[in-house]
Amino acid sequence: MTVQELPGAAAAYRPTPPPAWKPRTDPAPLLPDPEPYRVLGTDAAAGADPELLLRLYAELVRGRRYNAQATALTKQGRLAVYPSSTGQEACEVAAALALEERDWLFPSYRDTLAAVARGLDPVQALTLLRGDWHTGYDPHEHRIAPLCTPLATQLPHAVGLAHAARLKGDDVVALALVGDGGSSEGDFHEALNFAAVWQAPVVFLVQNNGFAISVPLAKQTAAPSLAHKAVGYGMPGRLVDGNDAAAVHEVLADAVARARRGGGPTLIEAVTYRIEAHTNADDATRYRVESEVEAWRAHDPIRLLERELTERGLLDEDGIRAAADAAETMAAQLRDGMNADPVLDPMDLFAHVYAEQTSQLREQAAQLRAELDAEGEAR
Amino acid sequence: MTTAAVKPASMAQALQRAMRDAMAEDPTVHVMGEDVGTLGGVFRVTDGLAKEFGEDRCTDTPLAEAGILGTAVGMAMYGLRPVVEMQFDAFAYPAFEQLISHVARMRNRTRGGMPLPITVRVPYGGGIGGVEHHSDSSEAYYMATPGLHVVTPATVDDAYGLLRAAIASDDPVVFLEPKRLYWSKAEWSPDAPSAVEPIGRAVVRRPGRSATLITYGPSVPVCMEAAEAAAAEGWDLEVVDLRSLVPFDDETVCASVRRTGRAVVVHESTGFGGPGGEIAARVTERCFHHLEAPVLRVAGFDIPYPPPMLERHHLPGVDRVLDAVARLQWEAGS
Ligand SMILES: Cc1ncc(C[n+]2csc(CCOP(=O)(O)OP(=O)(O)O)c2C)c(N)n1
Repeated sequence: MTVQELPGAAAAYRPTPPPAWKPRTDPAPLLPDPEPYRVLGTDAAAGADPELLLRLYAELVRGRRYNAQATALTKQGRLAVYPSSTGQEACEVAAALALEERDWLFPSYRDTLAAVARGLDPVQALTLLRGDWHTGYDPHEHRIAPLCTPLATQLPHAVGLAHAARLKGDDVVALALVGDGGSSEGDFHEALNFAAVWQAPVVFLVQNNGFAISVPLAKQTAAPSLAHKAVGYGMPGRLVDGNDAAAVHEVLADAVARARRGGGPTLIEAVTYRIEAHTNADDATRYRVESEVEAWRAHDPIRLLERELTERGLLDEDGIRAAADAAETMAAQLRDGMNADPVLDPMDLFAHVYAEQTSQLREQAAQLRAELDAEGEAR
Repeated sequence: MTTAAVKPASMAQALQRAMRDAMAEDPTVHVMGEDVGTLGGVFRVTDGLAKEFGEDRCTDTPLAEAGILGTAVGMAMYGLRPVVEMQFDAFAYPAFEQLISHVARMRNRTRGGMPLPITVRVPYGGGIGGVEHHSDSSEAYYMATPGLHVVTPATVDDAYGLLRAAIASDDPVVFLEPKRLYWSKAEWSPDAPSAVEPIGRAVVRRPGRSATLITYGPSVPVCMEAAEAAAAEGWDLEVVDLRSLVPFDDETVCASVRRTGRAVVVHESTGFGGPGGEIAARVTERCFHHLEAPVLRVAGFDIPYPPPMLERHHLPGVDRVLDAVARLQWEAGS
């Protein structure tokens, strides 16, 4: 017996409609299609905008190069750590390109690439991981929230921002990125529930890359898919091939557009794979076999898009080389930027704790000042 | 100018009025939490706000403390000033992750680019016969987190003045409301409410010469009563109401202790790892040569908050304060 079939349930289940917010009226179905949505290599590809595909391609190539360069920088000790998104670039890039300038992105620690694709300076994006400051950019300038390290805690922020924008009458959408592991956190649940109750213009993108450090999805959830979780909150769930940049972009753009016109939130699960280890500190051979990685390499997001573009005559050797060259230029700039030692002012430690320094912090700042002066004199 | 009608008002009414005035003056002020709308909060502190300002400005949220504070973060990022109600002290704990990992440090991690003007109202403390999880004194947890202001009024005037200041603050403020003082009344005029009281200043509630009682929130009336009783024994006690735990007003506190030479810190929260240890240490470091005796603490026992039928044995009352005052007659070797 379903809830609706219970005697008197239709009347009793919702005694009165929620007073402030209208119940969902959008016709988009809640239940996700169990097959991840694909565009590349299917009939749907013919309808894809060539200009968009080329833009996605250039960003994918640049993103892959960025991942390789940042990983190399960890080996040189220039970065404390780097969580690579190699293999997941299609999600990162599509996420960034699905947004308008006025929209907001809420990334996690793995999502530097989405931030860079959105226009953030490649060096500024790495400040957190280099360790000179937690956030190397002004979040309001690019409308990118600080890269978030505690899992899923950025999701309620996205909901609150989207809700506030709606209250002010702005048609701003917030996009929040989270991993498969993060979907188990309480904040994931609370954010989705708030978003659906408030019908907030927010899109949740779960990059299901198979693992939370070493823990596989099967030990994370018993749900048929992470997108299925949407149903319980009353928002549409969509499942998409996370290595198919055209598909991810289409699904995200749909969800962003629906949110913008008042259709409420969407939960999207992009099925992808983390090709590298969790970070350089992780030994992936302890929890997965190389054959699995190889299988996913064959489903590489860049190759998939490249094949589509070359088959359609939109991309040739010259085009491929041009994209690679552009990526190389970015990598060189990133190397130069990261190899220059950042200029640090220790007095900054006290500068941004409160709007106005407390007397306690003034005393401590004076102590550090004296220590620095003494160091300077000793030198 | 007509003289404003002065009549008894409760702390709860003054708090309500503070939110109301802030909302009327500034359209970016939003009140949110569990049951704050139609019901007006379980303590009625938000009474009438939803009716006056609409449910978009005074919002009954889903029942989820991390969600309430987490969405408030996003709202503040977009230029609103959320005033969040946590229903009871011990029910704020699910929101600690958001408070500590984000609210407290967003200004810092963004080098001042993203300050969060959020007020988190937490009814706290015991003495109202609450069952388990309804009487915690959680101030030490908040005090230990840089980036938060921690404020607690003890009078009707301060309830209004400090809450106005908290809402106007560009930094997050944990606003601790001593729930057993919610119904304490004072002569107060809603037509000309008290002045906005800057955060970070302690006040001498009662001047005295023989010792200082350093206290805050629900323990202020206890100390005032103890000071009256001590007068009969020849002790002229000064009572300092901290009002703000962070920032801490070293100046007012130490000036008092230097005058009196003796001090007792009084609070409900546990003594071990509690606020009193920090306060006693600060006073000792700064006033050592003026002290005639060690700084003593009168605190709650180091136990989980007891069931209501036993709470009177736990809460520091007048007698325990007076015992401590008697122990201030310190002699070498004693
Ligand atoms: C609240 C919290 N708990 C634990 C961690 C430590 N941690 C960092 S990444 C990670 C795994 C996250 O996996 P997932 O959400 O799938 O994202 P992915 O790293 O695969 O992108 C863990 C456990 C954390 N950052 N935050």
